[in-house]
Amino acid sequence: MKEFLIIMLSAVFVNNVVLSQFMGICPFLGVSKQLKSSVGMGGAVIFVMVCATACTYPVYKLLELAKIEYLQTVAFILVIALFVQLVEIVMKKVMPPLYKALGVYLPLITTNCAVLGVTIANIDNGYTFAKSITNALGTGLAFTLALVLFSGVRARIADSNIPETFKGVPATLVAASIVSLSFMGFSGLFS
Amino acid sequence: MEYLIPIGLFAGLGILAGVLLTVVSKAFAVKTDERIEAAQEALPQVNCGACGFSGCNDYAEAVVTKGAECNLCKPGGAESAAKLAEIMGVEAQEAEPMTAFVRCAGDCNVTRHKYDFDGIQSCAACNRFYNGSKTCTSGCMGYGDCVKVCPQGAISIVDRIAVIDPEKCIGCGLCAKECPNDLIAVRRKSQKVEVICSSGDMGRLTREICSNGCIGCKMCERKCPKQAITVINNHAVIDYDKCINCGICVDTCRVHAVKRI
Repeated sequence: MKEFLIIMLSAVFVNNVVLSQFMGICPFLGVSKQLKSSVGMGGAVIFVMVCATACTYPVYKLLELAKIEYLQTVAFILVIALFVQLVEIVMKKVMPPLYKALGVYLPLITTNCAVLGVTIANIDNGYTFAKSITNALGTGLAFTLALVLFSGVRARIADSNIPETFKGVPATLVAASIVSLSFMGFSGLFS
Repeated sequence: MEYLIPIGLFAGLGILAGVLLTVVSKAFAVKTDERIEAAQEALPQVNCGACGFSGCNDYAEAVVTKGAECNLCKPGGAESAAKLAEIMGVEAQEAEPMTAFVRCAGDCNVTRHKYDFDGIQSCAACNRFYNGSKTCTSGCMGYGDCVKVCPQGAISIVDRIAVIDPEKCIGCGLCAKECPNDLIAVRRKSQKVEVICSSGDMGRLTREICSNGCIGCKMCERKCPKQAITVINNHAVIDYDKCINCGICVDTCRVHAVKRI
């Protein structure tokens, strides 16, 4: 039980996928303008990560059995694309406003390096199935946490009087670096 | 065999994914009315919300499914109204182009500041401190809350008051909702006469703090042939429905607070 807790906490805080490993930056900057869309995006990414991990694990075992591990990337991308497509179809029907708010960033989860990153990291670290799922869930939560935190920061940026040259993207990037800096405080928590 | 296994494996995975996606897309199919898409294309897609719906697509849906009026789109004007009416198969009604106007001319050349405002740069915030930083408590504060909401970029701050470019303005009225002092009027584009002051102070005080102010002398009210201009709360207000743009009030005004534009 303790191991699972450590995997989860280190995924969320210590090795935060966005703020410490710099994966999945594009939706992090793209959909963090509003709290609502960032929570929606976080939910979609959690779903894709957990389902993709649940599927890539047996798929990798299959590849291992056939001794074709070198096809890992293609197989994983196929599985991830499948789940992103599923999320897209379901979200279009169930939550049309969120679907519109996320726009192009929803299909972009397919090539979100955080998703492929977590599935490959599970294999590389030699996690069991249960640990893999825990890690995927933790990473998804970490992504959501980063987005939600940053949407709060961006709401403050929108209200503040910043120099003309910094307005827009530069101010956002500077703020992102400072939020990332704050996560450095967690480093070395479990080791 | 060496080649067949990977090919077979990927074919299997692909077929599995294909079947799953087909089943789900059938189960979660979204029915769309062709007319809704046509209506969406007829609208200018600026999403200003002047029609009373939350954006162009929402309005398009309301026209088709809930029977909303066809002429509510202000940016699209007569053109959009005609297209929507054609899609719905009804007679088009007239929609006159509207534009917004700021009823204040108290720029930094004619008014002074009571204090330096260093807080959040917005009119709403500044207004909380003694009704704004300017000596006039009902004028334009010039922090640009209207500029921020304008979907067309039609508003600019010139000499620390808001000025609306009638060429760019689509008359959506978002700025009018935002202005804490209610200075912005949305009226017909053909309107040629305007009162450039909304001061609620007594005449003498108004002139002391702003040389463009209306003193509420009621001269225009007496001379107007249509009773379209009246003094309310110490400044003249034009009833745009009655006004015929004759300009008698402009010639009558001794302090030049009524102007031809």
